[in-house]
Amino acid sequence: MIGEKPRGLRAHLPVIYPALMLGIFFVVPFGTMVAVSFFHRQPGAFYLPGFELGNYRALYTALFGRVLVFSLFLAGLSAAVCVSLGFPFTYFITRMQRRAQVVWLVILLSVLSLSEVIIGFARSLLLSRTAGLSNLLVWLGLMDQPASWSPGFMALLLGICYLAFPYTVLVLYPPLSRLDPARPEAALTLGASPLRTFFTVVVGSLRNAIVAAFVMVFVFTLGAYLLPQLLGRPQHWTLSVLITDQAIYQSNMPLSAAMAIFFMAVSLLLVALTMYAGQEKRAAGP
Amino acid sequence: MNKALRYIFLGVVLAIMSGPLVVVCGVSLNAKKRLFFPPEGLSLRWYVELLTQSEWLIPVKNSLTIATSSSCIALSIALPLAYFLWRYRVFYARALFTLGISPFILPPVITALGFLSFWVTTGLYGKMIATMISHAIFFVTLPLVTIALGFESIDPAIVEAAETMGADSRTVFRTVIFPMVRPYMISGYAFAFVLSLNEYIVAYMVAGFTVETLPIKIFNALRYGYTPVMASVTVVFVLLAALIFGLIGRFGDLPKLLGALNPENN
Repeated sequence: MIGEKPRGLRAHLPVIYPALMLGIFFVVPFGTMVAVSFFHRQPGAFYLPGFELGNYRALYTALFGRVLVFSLFLAGLSAAVCVSLGFPFTYFITRMQRRAQVVWLVILLSVLSLSEVIIGFARSLLLSRTAGLSNLLVWLGLMDQPASWSPGFMALLLGICYLAFPYTVLVLYPPLSRLDPARPEAALTLGASPLRTFFTVVVGSLRNAIVAAFVMVFVFTLGAYLLPQLLGRPQHWTLSVLITDQAIYQSNMPLSAAMAIFFMAVSLLLVALTMYAGQEKRAAGP
Repeated sequence: MNKALRYIFLGVVLAIMSGPLVVVCGVSLNAKKRLFFPPEGLSLRWYVELLTQSEWLIPVKNSLTIATSSSCIALSIALPLAYFLWRYRVFYARALFTLGISPFILPPVITALGFLSFWVTTGLYGKMIATMISHAIFFVTLPLVTIALGFESIDPAIVEAAETMGADSRTVFRTVIFPMVRPYMISGYAFAFVLSLNEYIVAYMVAGFTVETLPIKIFNALRYGYTPVMASVTVVFVLLAALIFGLIGRFGDLPKLLGALNPENN
């Protein structure tokens, strides 16, 4: 029964409802957004149907370019931090007893499910003057008086890494837990040091998984919307903030739709390039 | 030496992950309306306020209603799709599956803007039903992936045995397939539920000014003056998430749900 071809309407019955739901509520909204990006802006209302390229032309400004570059830079940097910390972390977890693994996974999932609002709030508290980490340092005698470390670029980077770290681990978990334990053991038996085994055998055989994880985390952090507002200064606002601002506060849906589509195109292009580079490397490697 | 380093590394990560939560927990216990850490005086009054003030009760109710119903809708989309994909391996089922995964892979602001333009066009902008359906589509990935995993774990020989013994396909589904997939359905529902409770940008874009969910309420409260109630909400949220995932970990196969040791990929 499994794997045969569906025949007649009856066999197709189960798939009709999901297809309709996804079609109406995902494909159509997406199409609407593409259409709106060509519409004319109507002050006071949302938009007037039409076709013009003015919204895309309006993207060509210094502000948009600066914000785009900053968003990509921030996402790239935090993805690099998360993957380089998350990879050894995930490796250690996958080598634990099953029961310990479950405990760690529950902690990671709980942190992962936290809203950006909550993370931003918790981070800004931790870096604040009245309730923050600096009080602990004062109490330990390492600092003279409590200081405020938020908002700022470091606070923002910390917050985004905090947001993305559990996600990174969960992306790396499947390939790492499927890694045959015999491989690193063989390297150890042959006399390689644990550190060398880790870098040559574990990292080496999972290079593609690392590239894929970097891409996933990169796209994930591009979506950060609240943290830049809570932990950063206005010059640290990302494209997600700009798009929402145009859509909600400036009521300029056509422009924000054009921004969103351009944003998506750029991120998909970067993802494709990274994937391509990863494959090239594998083809060239041993 | 190596082992000690490993434990130090794990410990540091754990400390960094739990640091903010410890501070929030402490702040939520302040006796006065100040955000101090360590707290000055101990009291549970901010938890009481969360459960008695309508200012907070309405967002709590909104969030719970939206999370419960949107994960139901997500499940209702995911189950037949995953079943169809498992039973008939045809390309359009694969295409639909990819479609169901894409809301989760795109940057959320793009999906959110798509929903916004759609609901504005259909005139349902600002209604709770818009938030429910948007969340259902946004999170359909989670039950879809877990249930598909559940179907994969069924041994085809069992289905064949049931058919040989004369069961028709409805009976096979009801007595053999469904009970085996049920734990995966529950996990998928729980994942979607917890994430919907915590989701901000889609809920904000679709109906942020009329249907206030808890994350929206917390953000508004952050902008217009701090109160320790925010900290107590956070604590409740973390505990709820930990409880739900803990239950899945206790009664389900969490490593497998998250992709460990899938025999066909070995």
